Amino acid sequence: MGFVEAVLLTIVTAATPLLLAAAGELVAERAGVLNLGLEGMMIMGAACGFAGAYATGSIMVGALCGIAAGAVLAAVFAALTLGLAANQVATGLALTIFGIGLAGVVGSPFVGERIVAAPHLSVPLLGDLPLIGGVVFGADAFVYLSVALVAGIAWFLARTRAGLVLRAIGENPTAAHALGLPVRRIRTLAVLFGGACAGLAGAYLPLAYTPFWVSGMTAGRGWIALALVVFASWRAGWLMLGAYLFGAITILQLHAQGAGVGIPPQLMTALPYLATVVVLVVVSRARGRDRRAQPQSLGLAFVPER
Amino acid sequence: MRGIIAAAAGLAITYSGVVGAAAQGNPVQDKPVADKLKVGFIYVGPIGDYGWTYQHEVGRRALESAYKGQIEASYLENVNEGPDAERAIEQLVRTGHKLVFTTSFGFMDATAKVAKKYPNVFFEHATGYKRDKNLATYSGRFYEGRYILGQIAAKMSKKGVIGYIGSYPIPEVVSGINAMVLGAQSVRPDMKIKIIWANSWYDPAKEADVAKALADQGADIIAQHTDSPAAIQMAEARGIYAFGQDSDMVKFGPKAQLTAIINNWAPYYVERVKLVREGKWVTGDVWGGLSSDLVQMAPYTNMPDDVKKLAMDTEAAIKSGKLHPFKCPVVAQDGTTVDCKGGQNLADEQILGMNFFVKGIDDRVPGK
Repeated sequence: MGFVEAVLLTIVTAATPLLLAAAGELVAERAGVLNLGLEGMMIMGAACGFAGAYATGSIMVGALCGIAAGAVLAAVFAALTLGLAANQVATGLALTIFGIGLAGVVGSPFVGERIVAAPHLSVPLLGDLPLIGGVVFGADAFVYLSVALVAGIAWFLARTRAGLVLRAIGENPTAAHALGLPVRRIRTLAVLFGGACAGLAGAYLPLAYTPFWVSGMTAGRGWIALALVVFASWRAGWLMLGAYLFGAITILQLHAQGAGVGIPPQLMTALPYLATVVVLVVVSRARGRDRRAQPQSLGLAFVPER
Repeated sequence: MRGIIAAAAGLAITYSGVVGAAAQGNPVQDKPVADKLKVGFIYVGPIGDYGWTYQHEVGRRALESAYKGQIEASYLENVNEGPDAERAIEQLVRTGHKLVFTTSFGFMDATAKVAKKYPNVFFEHATGYKRDKNLATYSGRFYEGRYILGQIAAKMSKKGVIGYIGSYPIPEVVSGINAMVLGAQSVRPDMKIKIIWANSWYDPAKEADVAKALADQGADIIAQHTDSPAAIQMAEARGIYAFGQDSDMVKFGPKAQLTAIINNWAPYYVERVKLVREGKWVTGDVWGGLSSDLVQMAPYTNMPDDVKKLAMDTEAAIKSGKLHPFKCPVVAQDGTTVDCKGGQNLADEQILGMNFFVKGIDDRVPGK
């Protein structure tokens, strides 16, 4: 594999966990639920994903365990915020703290153990295409899944009736309720979906990225994913742009350092954040009509009148 | 002065059966010996990091088994550096801990502040420089190990380029890089080093990214001053070599790890607890290296016998004091010879405050 291919593959790998987590959160937020527990769900996904893969030797089982762990934590969140109308911000923050702690406990028997990382696709001929061959035909399954997931979400939100219903609930749950739409059921499903995606995103780290478990290995990626959703103006396509941009600059600044570019590394480290925010803000401004991109009922509790 | 305190402490035991010294405002323990000594640890990371904090935890566990039933050793993990730390340390003190180890540089001010407030409690701060009557400091001469890594790297590298994952450009890290380069140059003068700063102590995925970038740019030996086994594991996958950090990481790279620098805190912790129990604890600064076993080398693996022998000889020479990684003259990057304040070698404070790269490194110290 050539230098450029290797770099591109690293970029895709760096972007994938962000993309997976952010895609799920995007769906939840479009339904009007702000779940700040992303980091907690991710780290639980990482711990349980590793545990599952270590116990069975199967990456697939690990991924499913990660998804389940994220969804279970999301169910707790849904029960509190949708069932009991608890404050979403406070509950989400609590979920993060809870998830990080619980993941440390779940993962403690696995510290110092290792597994075989998820295999990369290997397509003869196509994989040898210059520049893009290694990325397009030589990544791991999670990468393809994340791309398919984002495409699926974009299609679902924009082109299906169920997607329209979900968006309507996110904009105005009272009106949706008056139309007879099951607001809380759909919000619950959206939150569970978000949790499952976050769990999968977390599981990606120990299953494919760095095949071992250590506490706190998500290292704040959940927060970055949250920010990406906002700066992508709640749009799946821009989310993808944002995630890959963030991944690209994260990796390229490392290469720039290695090549001896005379910019202080502290500034370099800040670059991915700066650049992603600037680009996404400029893009969404240029589109003009997205001033009111934020789902109108985002973060507000909804209690149906009986 | 130390003698006086120790003598006073001895008297106190004789007369009242109390551990500690009451004379002249020296630290006092008011608990009788019969009581269990409670020892507390403050960790900056999770005990499951398999790196820095993990090794302190290994030390704490060694303490528990060394004094089974006679002491209680508790810990608080994931404590943020800064104001949070102060609260955490105070919490340990209020719950009756008489000896508190704070195990990260960033806990320095908080520890010093709490130590002033509770003169009857003994504090020990790792890697810092602020001391008090009841606040001692301790650290490891990890640069000694890095000199050996440099020699091994120079022998094992085909391309002649070391890839180095930096955390933050603080003196401890800078001196480590210098020691490694000096070690490498002692074997192969044209050895190069490529440094990429992760700007983090601990972010496994990012550490892996840095390691990949270094490998992609031509480094075939990876060294790190970050805390997770991500780089070793990446080296294993890429079929290149790497060195473990903090603990023996050979499990993560059975074919990749050449050796590792192990932070072995256990003997120090056992010794300090013994002193408190005997009422002989005094403040001070311990900077232990290979000779005191505070720094240990993991078994030399994946290398031919002659390289192994070289490494072991160097290790023995450093242990016996025959060899010092910063033997004068040390020439800085800009060509000037560094003042030799320690006689034949650089003085300890020069190493502790090192903010320049030595000759042969192309990269600049960030911010210089």
